[in-house]
Amino acid sequence: MTTPVLSAKDFDSDQEVRWCPSCGDFAILAQLKQVLAELGEPRERHVFISGIGCSGRLPYYLNTYGFHTIPGRAPAIATGLKAARPDLCVWVVTGDGDGLGAGASYLLHALRRNADLKILLFNNEVHGLSKGQFSPTTRIGTRTRSSPNGSVESPLRPVEWALAAGATFAARTVDVDGEHLAQTLRRAAAHRGAAFVEIYQNCKIFNDGVFEYATDKATKADSVLYLEHGRPLLFGKDRGKALGLNRFDLEVVDLAGGAIPNGVPVHDEHAERPVLARLLAGLTGPEFPECLGVFRSVARDTFDHELTLQATTGPHLAGATVDDLFASDDTWTVE
Amino acid sequence: MSTAARYQSAPTPIQKLESATVRLCGDSGDGMQLAGAQLARASARMGNAVCSLPDYPAEIRAPAGTLAGVSGFQVHFSSKIATTPGDRLTALLAMNPAALQANLKDLDPDGIVLINSDTFTAEECAKAGYAGNPLDDNSLTKFRVFPVPMDALTREAVARISLSPREADRCKNFFALGLVCWLFDRATEPITKWIKAKFATNPAALEGNLKALKAGYRYGEQAEWPMRYHVPEAHVPAGEYRHLTGTDGLVLGLQAAARLAGRPLVFAGTPMTPASELLHGLFERPQPDVRSIQAEDESAAAGMALGASFGGAIGATATSGPGLGQMSETIALAAMTELPLVVIDVQRGGPSTGLPTKTEQTDLLQAMFGRNGECPVPVLAVSTPSDSFATALEAARIACKFMTPVVVLTDVFLASGAEPWRIPSADQLPAVEAPIVESFVPFQPYRRNEWLARPWEAPGTSGREHRVGGLEKEDGTGAVSYDAANHEKMVRLRADKVAGIAGDIPELIVDGPAEGDLLVIGWGSTYGAIATAVARARARGASVAHAHLRYLNPLPRNIAEVLKRFCRVLVPELNDGQLQLLLRARFLIDAVGLHKIQGRPFLASEIEDAIERMTKDS
Repeated sequence: MTTPVLSAKDFDSDQEVRWCPSCGDFAILAQLKQVLAELGEPRERHVFISGIGCSGRLPYYLNTYGFHTIPGRAPAIATGLKAARPDLCVWVVTGDGDGLGAGASYLLHALRRNADLKILLFNNEVHGLSKGQFSPTTRIGTRTRSSPNGSVESPLRPVEWALAAGATFAARTVDVDGEHLAQTLRRAAAHRGAAFVEIYQNCKIFNDGVFEYATDKATKADSVLYLEHGRPLLFGKDRGKALGLNRFDLEVVDLAGGAIPNGVPVHDEHAERPVLARLLAGLTGPEFPECLGVFRSVARDTFDHELTLQATTGPHLAGATVDDLFASDDTWTVE
Repeated sequence: MSTAARYQSAPTPIQKLESATVRLCGDSGDGMQLAGAQLARASARMGNAVCSLPDYPAEIRAPAGTLAGVSGFQVHFSSKIATTPGDRLTALLAMNPAALQANLKDLDPDGIVLINSDTFTAEECAKAGYAGNPLDDNSLTKFRVFPVPMDALTREAVARISLSPREADRCKNFFALGLVCWLFDRATEPITKWIKAKFATNPAALEGNLKALKAGYRYGEQAEWPMRYHVPEAHVPAGEYRHLTGTDGLVLGLQAAARLAGRPLVFAGTPMTPASELLHGLFERPQPDVRSIQAEDESAAAGMALGASFGGAIGATATSGPGLGQMSETIALAAMTELPLVVIDVQRGGPSTGLPTKTEQTDLLQAMFGRNGECPVPVLAVSTPSDSFATALEAARIACKFMTPVVVLTDVFLASGAEPWRIPSADQLPAVEAPIVESFVPFQPYRRNEWLARPWEAPGTSGREHRVGGLEKEDGTGAVSYDAANHEKMVRLRADKVAGIAGDIPELIVDGPAEGDLLVIGWGSTYGAIATAVARARARGASVAHAHLRYLNPLPRNIAEVLKRFCRVLVPELNDGQLQLLLRARFLIDAVGLHKIQGRPFLASEIEDAIERMTKDS
């Protein structure tokens, strides 16, 4: 049987897309449809589970199975679905408010369990659908409806946080860099286990331009470092700068046109202990470049696989009929 | 072969009793829960009707020897019926002075006290609040007191086994149990068998416990006490039986539902006293069609179960105390998305953390109304430990047939209580089926059948791709809709669907006269106490009947008519009048409440007194 060739259009649902004009979500949706079509998996085997907020609306716009749930719970709901149906491709769509506010606990445990879920976190550093309050990733000093004098709370760096939770796959990409976004989604889809992808996403209405340094041609080279497995950590115009290790921290090294000095670390996605990946994930501008790409990708047994294994093997399994359930070593007969 | 005949025949005469109630009490580390559960099993195995009541502190080890640390397990075994754990104690085992101090008030006036005399030191007596030693000051003379140096005798019994002094002392609950078995003529074989299975991987503990059990029994044989007691077997319907706790029943009910439906069961729960027992039960008995998950909190547990339901499995979860509140959002999401979900609430004393190990019926109104928006869900209640099987199965049946979350209310008393259970055969069990909804092109996820249930179309089916969610749905298509008229229509459709379940459940049965002076109506674990009290009152000539509700929402379709046939209605509840409030509101009747909120079940006599007051002045 040949699988019918799918196109991005096959993933259009009959619903009108209702994000604000110029929202970064449009670009993400477009790339996602493209990647889904390439994956070749039939539509009915994909399930998109979302939480609340702008990102939460995404499942309505895809002609797959979908479940728009409640604040932060998508990772738990998806874990239950995957436990029941390991055969399905289960995606979680969340945002910085949904996934790291209400849902930080559920997200952490999904990553820790390594349930086979593809988790996309749209990070626009603001609560959008509730009309512009600061979120757990909003930078200090940002003025929002709930921080008119500037936010005083220290922001989370989602990938750094995901790595601390034990994510077996963690990556970061940007809404408007279509090629990089698509490539990152493909990598996530191919990972067996919990794949965490943070997507820098512009909110035109409440936090416009917050990632401009990472997308504007003029500043991008010095502001962004593209991670490549097995390659040194180079960035800047003509890759003229590198990240070096100074004791327990990273520092920017200007190569000044010279050769790459000894001691400049090489990126290793498969490192057993993601020590360097965590340092990279925590970097913020303008002192440092912010890293995009895959920080970590390691193979581990998945939660759903182990759960199935324990339930279907072992010494105490009962027979398959209803009557078998009632058997006990403690029965007696009354005549 | 009777146990007495197996061992050297003892000269002690045996007196027949219709029933006996024994409470085993000690410090929380003394193993009384374990010993009590074994006494219940052994009694069930001998053919008695059995009802038991564990009563233990919330702390794992409260300060040793104090009243706060006393843990008890009460077993009522009978040759007739045992639907309550018994009002007064025939015998009390006190492993220390605190256990005596805390429990003596419940002993029959001429009751038996078995005492571990080794613990009655001046220091221990003082810790229990005694001025002197109660064994020496004649304060116990009206009871039949048997002091036995159980610590010393246990150590002696296990002396040849390589156990540390601590491990040796841990066998004393089995010494005490052996002695109780002798006194009440209980066969020890089921206990021996259990010890062998339980301690299979620890040969020293296995041997120590067996030796202690035997030593306790032998001690009785040689003690030259004036009397032993025997409770003959009860006359129960023929069939195959097994011992079943309320927790076992819930586990089996959920597992059976999944098999009857031909779907997997996904159960997610959290460590939460006392609902965690259900989680343990599922993990202990893995099945190829069951996935059990320990979730991080109640929201996650309910969410995992709901996610599994979306995938076509039977999703179930359980909680206690404040956990039900955490599940509210997910229950509402299940109601909105019209997906099956079984939520078991093992009620305990509240509010907040309240009394984690004590029983109460205080979550009824939360189960009924504890969600935002107009969000009715079916609510069922378990009435006896063995009824937990049928109720869990029924909850899953309703959840699947009507595509709705269902809340099952049980409580500490029912979950840890145990009785003999007649094993049903599979063909006696109801069908568990998803709605059959006339197919329609294009597929409509919110098209309904005659019961107003929508189709359960799980991911994986081509051409049926659809989205569900917490936003209001358009009737039929299920598309997101903010239309005012559609919202009201959908609210009513969801409510009508739940109300319509009344057409699919049995009518309320009245035990006793079909009409008369007084109807006692209850729900949940008060069943035994009400049934006993009503039977006693009727025996005295009162015109009183009993009706017990398994279905709290919707109520049985004939309930209004039943209520009308009685002059007065009494509603005993272990809360401050929650069913009473519902009955008054729904039926405009002057239902009278009887409320007890002490973390303990009703005594039958408490209900009997209320019946007497109401039938006298009517």
